[in-house]
Amino acid sequence: MSNEFIGKGLSRLEGPLKVTGKARYSAEFPLKGICYAVLVGSAISAGRVRSINTSKAEKTAGVIKIITHENRPPLSSPGDRLSGSANSEKRLPLQDAEINYAGQYIALVIAETLQSAQHAAELIEVNYDKQPTVLGLKNKNIDRFPAKSQMGEIAKSRGDAKAEYGKAEVKLESKYTTEAQNHNQMEPHASTAIWDGDKLTVYDASQYPAGVRNGLAKMFNIPLENVRVVSHFVGGGFGGKGNMWQHVPLAALAARVARRPVKIVLSRKQMFNNVGNRSETEQRIAIGANKDGTLKAIIHEGVSDTAMKDDFVEQFTISTPMLYACPNVDVAQELVRVNKILPTYMRAPGEATGVWVIESALDELAHAINMDPIELRMKNYAHQDPEKERPFSSKALDKCYQIGAEKFGWSKRYKSPGTNKRGGKLIGLGMATATRGAKRFGAKASARLNADGSFLFRSSTPEQGTGSITVMTQIGADCMGVPLNKVTFEHGDTNFAAAPVAAGSATVSSVGNAVWGAGKAIQKELAEKLIAEKKSPFFGASKDQIEFKDGAITCSAKTKSKLDYASALKVLGQKSLDAKFDTDPFEKGQDHSTHGFGAHFAEVEVDPDLAIVSVKRFLSAVTCGRVMNEKTCKAQVQGGVIWGISQALMESTIFDERSGRVLNRGLDEYHIPVNADIPEIEVHLVPEEEKHLGALGAKGVGEIGIAGVPAAIANAIFNATGKRIRRLPIRIEDILLS
Amino acid sequence: MKLFSYNKISDTPQAAVASASQHPNAHYIGGGTNIIDLMKNMVMIPDSLIDVSELGDPGIRSTSSGGIIIGAAAKNSYVANHRTVRDKYPVLARALLSGASPQLRNMASTAGNALQRTRCFYFYDTASACNKREPGSGCDAMHGYNRMHAILGTSDQCIATHPSDMCVAMSCLDAIIHTVGKAGERKIPFIDFHKLPEKTPHIENALQENELITAIELPAPLFTDSSCYLKIRDRASYAFALVSVAAGLDLSGGQIRNARLALGGVATKPWRAVEAEEILKGKNISQDVFAAAAESALKQAKTFEHNAFKVELAKKAIIRALAIASRSRQS
Ligand SMILES: Cc1cc2nc3c(=O)[nH]c(=O)nc-3n(C[C@H](O)[C@H](O)[C@H](O)COP(=O)(O)OP(=O)(O)OC[C@H]3O[C@@H](n4cnc5c(N)ncnc54)[C@H](O)[C@@H]3O)c2cc1C
Ligand code: SF4
Repeated sequence: MSNEFIGKGLSRLEGPLKVTGKARYSAEFPLKGICYAVLVGSAISAGRVRSINTSKAEKTAGVIKIITHENRPPLSSPGDRLSGSANSEKRLPLQDAEINYAGQYIALVIAETLQSAQHAAELIEVNYDKQPTVLGLKNKNIDRFPAKSQMGEIAKSRGDAKAEYGKAEVKLESKYTTEAQNHNQMEPHASTAIWDGDKLTVYDASQYPAGVRNGLAKMFNIPLENVRVVSHFVGGGFGGKGNMWQHVPLAALAARVARRPVKIVLSRKQMFNNVGNRSETEQRIAIGANKDGTLKAIIHEGVSDTAMKDDFVEQFTISTPMLYACPNVDVAQELVRVNKILPTYMRAPGEATGVWVIESALDELAHAINMDPIELRMKNYAHQDPEKERPFSSKALDKCYQIGAEKFGWSKRYKSPGTNKRGGKLIGLGMATATRGAKRFGAKASARLNADGSFLFRSSTPEQGTGSITVMTQIGADCMGVPLNKVTFEHGDTNFAAAPVAAGSATVSSVGNAVWGAGKAIQKELAEKLIAEKKSPFFGASKDQIEFKDGAITCSAKTKSKLDYASALKVLGQKSLDAKFDTDPFEKGQDHSTHGFGAHFAEVEVDPDLAIVSVKRFLSAVTCGRVMNEKTCKAQVQGGVIWGISQALMESTIFDERSGRVLNRGLDEYHIPVNADIPEIEVHLVPEEEKHLGALGAKGVGEIGIAGVPAAIANAIFNATGKRIRRLPIRIEDILLS
Repeated sequence: MKLFSYNKISDTPQAAVASASQHPNAHYIGGGTNIIDLMKNMVMIPDSLIDVSELGDPGIRSTSSGGIIIGAAAKNSYVANHRTVRDKYPVLARALLSGASPQLRNMASTAGNALQRTRCFYFYDTASACNKREPGSGCDAMHGYNRMHAILGTSDQCIATHPSDMCVAMSCLDAIIHTVGKAGERKIPFIDFHKLPEKTPHIENALQENELITAIELPAPLFTDSSCYLKIRDRASYAFALVSVAAGLDLSGGQIRNARLALGGVATKPWRAVEAEEILKGKNISQDVFAAAAESALKQAKTFEHNAFKVELAKKAIIRALAIASRSRQS
């Protein structure tokens, strides 16, 4: 495999477009005759709209139409979430008078200007029949029911954990909690819809254009070919833009009613109410071990919240049975229904909430038996997947521990908590394992060889800031053996070959392998044609004698001749050559388990009186198979770590438990780290050979950065203070008062 | 947002007052960083805005008695970086710089900062009951999520904190507010300017209808070298105070001749801990004296479901701030 560009730390190719404002996001397409829609949300979180009066609002200058559940044109169901539709809530938008969460859309105002629409929205008068709000995991009156998996994955129990736990020499049991979080991408969700007869075009801030296309075709009962979804650039997705939330079909509906292009941009407040968040969780973990650290039993169970009408499972137990070689593991999850919008995927869904618990608990165990935390993890190292009882496709976690510990200076950690002081502050070091399933979804890509010898690769996958354009271009260039400037990657448009949702850290393994495959398909076709074409110098040779190397085409049977791509086309009398490739999903029937692994190391400083925590150093040693682009790869890990620090110390969507309304609906009070909160983050990409997940040998890196970070921080806080905090985010009072 | 009229007055304060009186339901606007947010949220719904952001001297001048006068329109960033303020009133410079973000401080005016309204979530959410926003409607914070709320100066009507950092320093510096109103000019001691919520949480200060702040005066500094502004918050910057302390000591050797102590983030108005100051006066510097002052400052604290931690935190912050003030010069 050519290695000219893959792996290099190239800067993002679209950088200049972005810094000059030329990269257009979904709300930025100027369209003739465009009008604006504003969505009105319910003040209550449970009950019904008794009456809704739009007469005053309708009289506002510039108002084109107001739609409520009383006059909404029909919409069909977008079908099941697993059927290729990127839909979210089962209930259709503006379906009826029922209210299940605060902020749920109850009306849509279309007007000539955004200001008219906003003003009219404020004049709509609503009367409600209010029901009591149901909210909060602490509320023991809410029925809990067993959770089913939503992605076909479910963690599997084994052995007899309860019995073995009872018999264990060392027993530790505790409860952990996490709070709700919102993605809060910088770019708000936005959709612009245009109808041309029965054809619909939507510019949508989406991680999954092909899924939105499917969903919209079904909802509006039109053939799939009639829908085009464009999502070139996405200003942050993190899973939140993987589903199609209700404003998308509503934009299309409004455009149909207004007979003009309509744009909807969610307000920052709606970014908390009307798109899914990360569920709250309450988890119990019990670990039984021998005094020498051998794990005997793990019980990991708990509950997360979901919507009144839909199930979403934050699968916090997903990694537990896989992570350590423990003979007895019990995992179980329950759900409760609350008055909130359907929760959704957020960066490392399941791992971000679950790994924090298991990795904190292991730290508790290490302390209890006076063992080094890394030694404890190595003692129970799973050389093969103990859950599925099969080998890992690749696993260099041991090297991550080793390299991370060495580079970080782990040996300088004070064993006994609260004893390391520097400049009046308590110093603590903590570590945790990171893991995230490595996936590959079905994906298509196309390739075209142009007359000038350049290549065009296309896929509907969007560029969501992760560096996809750059990586796909690198892959294309190495596949064809040509310089980067001979390769263009076009993206984010359902006119192109369908890509899966850009999520699950799987774009490289899915779309990347499709791009590679499409390039190889071009070569295969060229070879076939060159041996069949009379005018070709390779006429009559056999296919396997044709070699492609560094942009040159040679034939071992006819060593005197050499073609480049452009002259090959000329010989064939063709202006261009097209090929497609389909990557299969990597799933059942596989004889290997595929996971990314890593180790996080944190140093914190805690003010002994004021309980102020600051993260002083952070290091991650991670594996992701073959690295595609060192720079964007490290950037992914760093971004994940920053979010992990945020999850550990700040982030929480705060609900009023009586009204169900989000209280901190803005970036002023929904705290994420500022620059001063984040230290230098050192990333080591530990070399690893991955042979099973695809030709590229890449495993995906987008989410491994966050999973485990909160545990590394909490463990460091314990090491600094001797205080074990079992709730996220860890607030000043948690340390001050414990 | 509702339609409103807008007038910019740049000649005299009297003209601004006259303009406000002629317009129905008029409000002044300085940098607009607070009032515009409140208008967008439909919390304040003025019919007219009188822009005073370019009215009067936006700078700082010295007084004959050794103090300074800060123009009402002076920007927070300007004041914070002013040489005289940095040299003679470092506690004010520190307080200003700990507030908001550089962009906001470039917009925010001195008068606007003093008059900024509470960040209580329920005050901002018009679907909630709030006596400050709508007198008599109730207080959803009292039994709601009240982690950010006050533990000092609360009433059964309102427990919202005054959010300003600048005001904590101003209070500690015995500032004087200069105003012009229909009845002419007035000077109001800072400590009397903000009102406790009591039965009327919607009345937040001593200003009469349409009365305009023209300047804030700082008397000659009582302390310079031995002062501290300590702010504790949920992230390293760009967050309101959970607890803040402005401390100033007038020291003679190891003895405290005079002391000033003010608290933010914990009280319904910028809070001068007068009794604590009395405890400090005349004593020798020691942890015990600082601790006694801290105990005294929090003696009246009344906590709510989510904010009990503030008592402990405020005590520790006071001790720390006094210790820093007793050791160092902050600039
Ligand atoms: C995201 C965010 C974070 C913030 N963080 C902090 C923080 O950490 N610490 C902090 O202290 N502050 C913080 N602030 C608040 C900020 O300091 C205030 O918004 C600012 O000081 C207000 O000044 P302004 O000139 O913009 O006021 P405006 O919004 O213009 O006015 C505020 C009020 O003052 C009145 N007013 C203005 N000028 C006069 C006058 N001359 N006479 C009479 N009345 C007048 C107006 O009618 C209005 O009621 C933050 C604000 C935001 C938005
Ligand atoms: S604390 Fe004050 S501002 Fe907050 S809801 Fe109660 S009355 Fe309103």
